[in-house]
Amino acid sequence: MTSPTDHVEIRPGAYADSVTLLQVSRDVAATPGVVAAQVAMATPLNVEVLGSMGFAVPDCSPNDLVVALRLADPDGLEAARGAVDAALAAARAGRADRSTAVAPPRTTRTSLPASGTQAVLALVSVPGAHAFVEAIDALDAGCDVMVFSDNVSLEQEVALKQVAVDRGLLVMGPDCGTAAIGGVGLGFANTVRPGPVGIVAASGTGCQQVMCLLEAAGVGVGAALGVGGRDLSTEVGAISTRTALLRLDSDPAIERVLVVSKPPAPEVATALEEYAASLATPIDLALLGPGQPDLTSAVEGLLGRLGVPVPSWPSCGHPATETAGSLLRGLFVGGTLCDEAMLIATEALGPIRSNIPLEPELALDASLTADGHLMVDFGDDSLTRGRAHPMIDPTVRLDHLARAAADPRTGVVLLDVVLGHGAEADPAAALAPAIAACGPPVVVACVGTESDPQVLSRQAAALAAAGAEVHLSNAAAVRRAVAILGGRR
Amino acid sequence: MTPALPSRPPDSVTTAGAGLFADALRSQAVPVSEVDWQPPMPGTADDLAEVAGDPLRRDANALAVERVLGVQAMLVGLAPAADLLDLERGHFLHAGPPLTWDRASGPMRGALMGAAAFEGIVEDPEDAARLFASGALTFEPCHHRGAVGPMAGVVSPSMWMYVLEDPASERRTFCSLNEGLGKVLRYGAYSAEVLTRLGWMRDVLGPLLAEAVDASGPVDATGILTQMLQMGDEAHNRNRAGTLMLLRDLSPAMARSRRSADDVAEALTFIGGNDHFFLNIAMPACKLALDAARGIDGSTMVVAMSRNGTDFGIQVAGTGDAWFTGPAQVADGLYLGDFGPADANPDIGDSAITETAGIGGFSMAAAPAIVRFVGGTVPDALATTRRMHEITLAENPRWQIPVLDFRGAPTGIDVSLVCRTGILPQINTGMAGKVAGTGQVGAGLVTPPAEIFPAALSALAARARGRRSPSP
Repeated sequence: MTSPTDHVEIRPGAYADSVTLLQVSRDVAATPGVVAAQVAMATPLNVEVLGSMGFAVPDCSPNDLVVALRLADPDGLEAARGAVDAALAAARAGRADRSTAVAPPRTTRTSLPASGTQAVLALVSVPGAHAFVEAIDALDAGCDVMVFSDNVSLEQEVALKQVAVDRGLLVMGPDCGTAAIGGVGLGFANTVRPGPVGIVAASGTGCQQVMCLLEAAGVGVGAALGVGGRDLSTEVGAISTRTALLRLDSDPAIERVLVVSKPPAPEVATALEEYAASLATPIDLALLGPGQPDLTSAVEGLLGRLGVPVPSWPSCGHPATETAGSLLRGLFVGGTLCDEAMLIATEALGPIRSNIPLEPELALDASLTADGHLMVDFGDDSLTRGRAHPMIDPTVRLDHLARAAADPRTGVVLLDVVLGHGAEADPAAALAPAIAACGPPVVVACVGTESDPQVLSRQAAALAAAGAEVHLSNAAAVRRAVAILGGRR
Repeated sequence: MTPALPSRPPDSVTTAGAGLFADALRSQAVPVSEVDWQPPMPGTADDLAEVAGDPLRRDANALAVERVLGVQAMLVGLAPAADLLDLERGHFLHAGPPLTWDRASGPMRGALMGAAAFEGIVEDPEDAARLFASGALTFEPCHHRGAVGPMAGVVSPSMWMYVLEDPASERRTFCSLNEGLGKVLRYGAYSAEVLTRLGWMRDVLGPLLAEAVDASGPVDATGILTQMLQMGDEAHNRNRAGTLMLLRDLSPAMARSRRSADDVAEALTFIGGNDHFFLNIAMPACKLALDAARGIDGSTMVVAMSRNGTDFGIQVAGTGDAWFTGPAQVADGLYLGDFGPADANPDIGDSAITETAGIGGFSMAAAPAIVRFVGGTVPDALATTRRMHEITLAENPRWQIPVLDFRGAPTGIDVSLVCRTGILPQINTGMAGKVAGTGQVGAGLVTPPAEIFPAALSALAARARGRRSPSP
């Protein structure tokens, strides 16, 4: 049943990317008389979100644009639709402004230089079902490619990486959030000084954590090559990790390499250790897993080997000491940060339910709630199909934060805030009011640097002013959250 | 391209997807080329991925391009179709994919009826209809016998044909002689005047040209096409420069022939007054090049686009002799005299072989003089040629377009690129009247029916899957 103030229309064939549509939705929602607005591609996930908002969406295909408006007064429809058209036109004009009379290229293939000796890199972030084709274009042109897109099948990932290996090329991803090449950040990337450390990362936010800790210790990063979260799985067998290590090994500017990964397949980890030992450049492996060092310890170990003193990792805000609730609620945008938090907290608190659980029996259902300790990765594939990543679009996490804050069982809320190129321009602005309104203590891991567009100290100060305890080290933040709960199980 | 040492920044980054990441790179002062990505044609995502992942594809397409670009089309002679094509009395060739009489359009029927009268099988062309309907007279596509025919493309045994040959492979293709404009057989007209002209072409023009080619030696058709593109012809709807260059090559030998001065003068006047005369050499030259790419497993290159007035069909290098067909569209353009859209037949003819090879509508930018004739503007023409580069595998280094800074003609339509971009091949075409006997009613622009490209892609994907997991 659609209320008289609700309006839903389908616009077939009017494609725009999810980030653009997020901005359009925000602009329309800010129009006087509009109570709520969602302009999105009609993917199953988005249709579900619209359904949960109470909109009745007619049959449509994922290639259709759906415009859903909730109005204060039905008479405001014309103005609201005008605002949608204006916002869409503005988004298009923003892109067209940069173009000349010549239409922009329509495929990765035609956007690459026809020939030459330039070092060109391709960055693919189209919806997952279409990413393979664009990435193959890059490999066909003899060019390395970073595939930011998630929801690419494992079969396609293996095929892509096999082609790359045959041609001596590097595939970063799929689902590679972060890379830095010669100081240029790709995807979500922090601004750090150049230096002797090379990073190979099967995890985006893990890579960011390591880069930001090194920056805080005064050590620069020469290159950070992402390989995608599944590269160290049995099926993929570390194909891209090996290529990345080989590249870094042949680069005279790189003195030491750190490999960062979510928990890898054991046999792949073993083979990788052997491979790493065969290279000239010293390789350190920071492979997360039970009984393994966390990322902060891994960085501390690396600093030791570089002969650099370990600093005291920055933190701010008022330390919370007690809480009425007993449960830990971790709400993450970074998958590796979530993994690391679960590994650390499990030791003290026992099993933790999650949508990316350490053990299959700990999986959460679609409601993402449970009567127990839980941690959610809002950046997981199943929560980003047809939506922007939560590092860009905070909507879904803010919704769950409000629910956790209102739940008397909540003892501590643990959050990550990841800064850098590509991420939200001012994440603290949206989070601070929610933190201030939260009864239970809030501990935040704020991963960033002073040179990031958002500026680490400003974000940390805003979060602290709202009442949160803020740490640069995710491991430190998790240990503080556990301590506040008194380590109770 | 050279993969970078990881500690050195890339010279530039190409981005496809969220504009945010392109912006982030620009803010770091990195040159960015941003793809205007759009979803592919509906339902093609899986087949696109399958074909993109086909291990044969890249080398197969490289080979297809190499072969097409390697062909030198030489006009080596002329002779009657009966001698060249083993064409028997009562059997005819026609344009487009295979067709049955009951589905044949007005101009196709008119041309076949006129050809039957021309061969003396019937006195009155109207009497031929019954014989075609009963199967007493038969017909098959020109393409199936190495030939191409403009518009209805009807070839009968006594018509003279050009013979184009690639010296390296000795492969040959064929095409009939151009009849001029207006009421002509290829537009479905079959009046006495039409048949009289065909008779003169058979008795005077064909033998005269054959003698001239024999005497002066082969004519380099590919070379003439190269010059045409630099002289304002796109070699489909404008062949003025090409026609005059052909005359330049052949007229001395024509003047020295055993034919009377009157015959020679009449032939020179006919050719000189017919701006499309060279089209019938351009077409088989294009087919000769494209046929070189037939039968390359894994190649996604289109080797023929063709219409019979009812269906539009394509053939693809990697799918053997299969035709992928859909309903032919009515062109959008300008009409002669009092004719209007209601008079026009759906698109017809093998002449889209020129677009398949990269000229015609694909090289529209080379021919600003005719853009209005086909209903466009000069900026449209430049944009069209650039757009065709989005769906083609290569640029022809020989066929350069001066106004685009000598960029090569867009060559080798890639089925998967058409499906990815939704950009359809642009074809320049003439329009036949839909009633048999009418003749030409206009000219304009047309595209293939979109659905034939996903159909061809699906067949390519099925072959790729079959190779990946051979059935037991």
